[in-house]
Amino acid sequence: MIFLELFITFFKIGLFGFGGGLAIISLIQNEVVSKHAWMTFSEFTDIVAVSQMTPGPIGINAATYVGYTAVVNSGLGASWGIAGSLLATFSTLLPSFILMLLVSRFLIKYTDHPAVRAVFSILRPLVIGLIASAALMLMNEENFGNPTKSTTQFVVSVILCAASFLAINKWKVNPIFVILVAGVIGGVFYGFFPI
Amino acid sequence: MSPFSPLKAFGTFFKIGLFTIGGGPVMIPFIEREVVAKNEWLTKEEFMDLMVVSQSLPGVFAANFAIAIGYRLGGRRGSAACAIGTVMPSIICILTIALFFQQMRGNTVVENVFRGIRPAVTALILGPIFHLSKAAGITWRTVWIPIVSALLIWQLGVSPIWVIVAGILGGVAKYLVKNGS
Repeated sequence: MIFLELFITFFKIGLFGFGGGLAIISLIQNEVVSKHAWMTFSEFTDIVAVSQMTPGPIGINAATYVGYTAVVNSGLGASWGIAGSLLATFSTLLPSFILMLLVSRFLIKYTDHPAVRAVFSILRPLVIGLIASAALMLMNEENFGNPTKSTTQFVVSVILCAASFLAINKWKVNPIFVILVAGVIGGVFYGFFPI
Repeated sequence: MSPFSPLKAFGTFFKIGLFTIGGGPVMIPFIEREVVAKNEWLTKEEFMDLMVVSQSLPGVFAANFAIAIGYRLGGRRGSAACAIGTVMPSIICILTIALFFQQMRGNTVVENVFRGIRPAVTALILGPIFHLSKAAGITWRTVWIPIVSALLIWQLGVSPIWVIVAGILGGVAKYLVKNGS
């Protein structure tokens, strides 16, 4: 039953989603692509792109889009897809609600407690590893092409990835702009040189 | 100071959700302007306290923050109003795109555009690994933590959830060892 599985999956993602938007993306990717195979790596990557470029927190955008896609890919219609997107979004929020009601007062007092600090001294570096794993898993044949079978696409992808990385991190270009430019380059290049 | 009502809070957080592209941290100054400066619902200190709590709890930061502020101001109904306000623009935009995009599946031009976008998205995800490393407290003594967790997930297929659980237990153990001796 896809709806029950969506609820459990996104409740878990909300409950263990430490470390911000991209760390949550790595949790979603692991559950949705690797574990449940509700969509392909490419479909998921496209969802991340759209989630980054539209208003709102990236984690919520991705949950909404993944909920829709998972249900539609399972063979149900678009209106069931909308139900799936609402379910995924609110399942992600539910743990936050519960925790906030239970522990917010307590936490305001204890955020400086040595035990809390010890836990975060491990979780902060760990989250960087989580994000790295998501990036590594997306660097695959589906997204980049194959070095021998589709050499042109592979070379173009590696160049686009390296250039985008420099643009975002070294030259501080807005990531949304970088994604748009990469899209235009892809559209033009593969228009002239079809795969 | 303008009085708090769930409806007004919904409107305020809807606006915040709608105008922040790029996620959580971008929202902080917006939220501060609306909640502290404009409506005077919270003092600056209360605002900071709730922000720290929202960052320490799991989940989507912006949603946590909305829930924390709403709960402080208007209990359960207040927190529901703020949370729904924050996520509503996402839901509307994403569903519009998803419904539209479904018709475009298989279109060669769209497929070509996304062939260009996918490597750029990978680069986008790689970014924080480098510029957040310092803030995350990664030194030569702790650099094994991200490396081991990435390898466990990437190569051995361990769920990130178990890696996080192990991290929390490790932190508790570290505290007990330090304070037990």
